[in-house]
Order: sequence, then C-alpha cells, then structure tokens
Amino acid sequence: MILVIAEQRAGRLNRATWETLAAAQALSGASMPITVAIPGAGLTAVAQELAAAGIGNVLVAEHPALAQYTPDGWTQALQAIVTEAAPAFVLLPHTYQARDFAPMLAARLRKPLITDVVGISGTGIDARFTRPMFQGKLVAEVRPQGDGPYFITIQVGAYRADAVARGSAAAVTQVDVHIDEAAIRQKPDAPFQEAKQAVDLGQAERIVAVGRGIKSQENLPLAEALARAMGAELAASRPICDSGWLPMARQIGSSGQTVAPKLYVALGISGAIQHLVGMKGSRTIVAINKDADAPIFEVADYGIVGDLFELAPAIAAELEKS
Amino acid sequence: MKIAVCIKQVPTREWQPRLTDDRTWIREQDAGWEMNEPDAYALEESLRLREKHSGEVVVCSAGPSRVQQVIREALARGADRAIHVEDSALAAADASMVGEALAAAMAEERFDLVLTGLQSDDQGHAQMGVVLAERLGIPHSTIIMDVQVEPATDAMVASVRVKRELEGGWFQSIVMPLPALLTIQSGINQLRYATLKGIMAAKKKEIRKVAMPANLQPTQQILSLSVPTRSKQTQMIAGSAPEAAKELVRRLREDARVL
Repeated sequence: MILVIAEQRAGRLNRATWETLAAAQALSGASMPITVAIPGAGLTAVAQELAAAGIGNVLVAEHPALAQYTPDGWTQALQAIVTEAAPAFVLLPHTYQARDFAPMLAARLRKPLITDVVGISGTGIDARFTRPMFQGKLVAEVRPQGDGPYFITIQVGAYRADAVARGSAAAVTQVDVHIDEAAIRQKPDAPFQEAKQAVDLGQAERIVAVGRGIKSQENLPLAEALARAMGAELAASRPICDSGWLPMARQIGSSGQTVAPKLYVALGISGAIQHLVGMKGSRTIVAINKDADAPIFEVADYGIVGDLFELAPAIAAELEKS
Repeated sequence: MKIAVCIKQVPTREWQPRLTDDRTWIREQDAGWEMNEPDAYALEESLRLREKHSGEVVVCSAGPSRVQQVIREALARGADRAIHVEDSALAAADASMVGEALAAAMAEERFDLVLTGLQSDDQGHAQMGVVLAERLGIPHSTIIMDVQVEPATDAMVASVRVKRELEGGWFQSIVMPLPALLTIQSGINQLRYATLKGIMAAKKKEIRKVAMPANLQPTQQILSLSVPTRSKQTQMIAGSAPEAAKELVRRLREDARVL
C-alpha cells in the first residue's frame, strides 16, 4: 500500500498534494492500493473532496491540537497512522511543511527518506527515484536501503495535478488520534505576509530575471534597460534578493513568487531547482548564461551561451531599432 | 550561551561535475571546495547571537580530512573551537548518516542552541538538521529568517522566538524552549569575512577529532549520477553578441510571438 500525506491550509488542499497523488499512481502502476491521510482540524470539506476523487481510502486525523501545524503535532499523529497502516511507501509533497516534519517522522521510525524526487522509474517495491543533486548540475537515481516503509517527497511541479486518474467515491475513515499536547514544543502564531507586495509579478506578461551572473549591484541598470526595452518587469533569483540588491518581493522561486508569463528571460541564472519551480511554467523561456552546462538551459526554449554584459545591451539596442 | 553550528564542505559553485568511473559519485580530486552557503549564514547568525548573549560558538562538521578547510575558515571568522567527526565514509554519506554521526559527537556537549543551514548545495537532502534535532531530543524549526533568544527568568525557561519562512511570501512566528535546533535560510544576515587577525587566531583554536560511531547504515544508495537531459528542445543561438541579439529578437517576434 502507498500512503499519501495530504497537505491543507484553512480547509483547502494545495496543488502539490494532487501532484503527489499523481506520483503515487505512477509508483503504484495499479499494483498497490493508495490511501490518503490528512492531519488537521476542520477537515470535513477536504476529506469529501479527496474521497470524491476516488483515488483510495481517506484517513482523517482530526484533533484540536492539529488546528495549527507544528512538526511535533504532525509527527505524533502520523507516527501512529504509519505504524498502524504499515504501507510500503509514504509519499509527501516536497513543500516547506513536509521539509519541516518528514525528516523527524522518518528519523523517529528509523526509516529511509528520499527527498525532492522529480521522477520514478519502475513500479512498486523495485522502483528507483530520480532527484537533483549539486544544485541541479547532476541528477541521481537512488533507491532506499533497509526496511520500509520508505518515505518519499515529490518536488513541486514534477508531476501534473491534472494527471490524477479519478475513480468512484472512496470511503472516509475517522482515525482515533491521541496527541500528548504537552509534548508539542513549538508554539506558532498565525502566518502573516510582510507589507503588501507592491509588485504582482504573477500578472506580468514578460519578466527579465537576473541571477548571480550580474556580479554586482552596480550592474543592475543593464538588466533594467533590457526589461524596459522588452516591456518587462524586473525580477531576480534568491541570491540577488538575499544580497539586498532587489527587494524580496521581486524574487522568483520556491521561497518567492511562482510565475508563468508569456516571456521569461533568465540573465545569468544557473537554474537551481528552487528557482526552476517558480518559472518553468512560462510559455517562452530565454536563457543567457556563460556556462553552457547551466541547468537553466534544460528548461529554455532559446539559449545563448555568452557574456550577459555584452548580450543584454545588444538585445536592448536591437529592440530599440524598430 | 553554548551554540553549535554545523558546517558542510561542498564543491564550489564554479565546479564542473566529473564522475567516477562507476558513475556513482563525483571525482573529488577534480573539485574545489567551499563552505556550504546556507551554513555560512548559520555561522554568521551564531556569531551575532554570541556577541549579544555571550558564550561560545562551536563548529561541528562530519566528513573526511578535507573538511578541515571549512572548519579553519569558520574558526577564522570567529568560532571558538570545533568538533570534527572524521571518516572517509562520510564523504558521500546521506543526511541520516551525517545526522547520526553528529548527534553522537554533540550529545554530551549539551548545547543550548544548534544552527545548521537549511540544506546543502551538494546532495541537497534538506534533512540533516531535523534528524540531528530528533536524535538530540530537542525541538526544531526550519527555514528560519530571524532568531531572538529570550534568556531564562525566574518565571520562564530560556526560549527562542523565530521567524519561519513559508511559501509564497508568507511567514510565521514560532516560540520554543531551549535547547533547540534551527535550520537557517540564506539571506538572514550579512556575512562577515575572515580578517588576517582571525586567520592567525584560528591556528591556535582547538579542533577535537571524533571517530564516527560504528554500525552506521546508509538509508539510500546512489545507483547512478548523470548530467540532466533537456526537457525541451532548446534552440541555441550562436554568433557575436550583436548577431545573437538580432537573431533572438527575430525569433521572439516571428516564431514565439512574445514581443
């Protein structure tokens, strides 16, 4: 059996959960039944939504102590469910939430955890898992060692949410959850957003994004000039915003915004997976990088290997000709 | 306050991957090495916390002898001493093995706070810190953008308030008792670099070598490494900068129709 841990916030499932369900179906190859477990509080609607999709039985783990996510609360609830269900695999979306508790859960049960999986070859117990390594410069094919259940997290965007094969409505079971609230050590406040984002890059038709290749803040006007000539918004990869060269609101990637404009120009961005997940849905992607082996070229429609300090002004000049 | 900071040594950003003949690991002799970037931010945060609350910062690293390079660098930036779990089997070890190895070496030190980077730029499991917290029996929080330590008072035990990053520009404030482990996000602070004085001082600082515990089992096996294949048919445009620029603009206008 494959157990999928669904993720919800305020009564809504996230897309990554559906993508993980698609991955579970690929891993099963119809040879293993799938069960979906959902921890939290106030889960009636999401449980119905999951049951209606007909992927497999739904285990609802409701408890007032799970109203707010904490790694200690989730680990307690899921430790009991995984032990009881004894699945071959436990699949989770590779979200910031799963990254927070899945290593604790797997370590507590002393079972393998393979994270950030972007592909599965074979089905069932013999499956091998593909994951990026070395910032996406290499991909590794790995398999878990020792006894299962094997914990696997699926990278966001690696599988398609609309590829989930739906069946007839499945059963919903309320799990008896026992939580020792005194053992939940993290006391969280409600999530918040910093000052309302001044730029909504999600609405931009064209984006010019800069990465480490721009080298210093003094070189940013080069990218700004190209963005102006293209009628594009300026954005950046994480290191540029970390350095304070551009505001965090202009960051593309897993910790920033996810965008899918008509045109995305990556200037001096190597293309680590954390950046790719935020932009690979763009319709047309142009990559400009001095390193011909940069992972960004894997998702690019048009690529130029060269010096962005020459190319960016040349492209801006070309656009201004006509 | 007694603070531990876990540092990993990883290939440099400029390194071009070359593989061993069996294609299950990288040719280490060809790689240049540096401190894992998120760990450098964790180190900086630990130095700032020591400046504010006094105490000591202890660098902890698990790996073969080559990792002394980044241990010395951390000492030169201001850490007080180091623990090195040394074993060649740790060069390509998974996060679970590294977490077990560090936990065994760190447990008796009873650190108040343990900081790590949120993930490594080599294998990138994003697990080690959380595994270490579980083995040390202390609470954790991950992807941290702010750390405020509240010292113990007559009425309250020492605690830490953190700002945890969620996805899509959301954050959350979380309080937990000390001791605790935090995985630090890049960009939490501005890094300092080693001074000549720091480099000289580092030579006299203690690096305690610890053997890896026996019977550590890997939890996963790398069957093969390869260069990723392209998911798209990328049209590469060659020529001088003006030629390439002209051709790119033509294709974006006429073929892709996005300009």
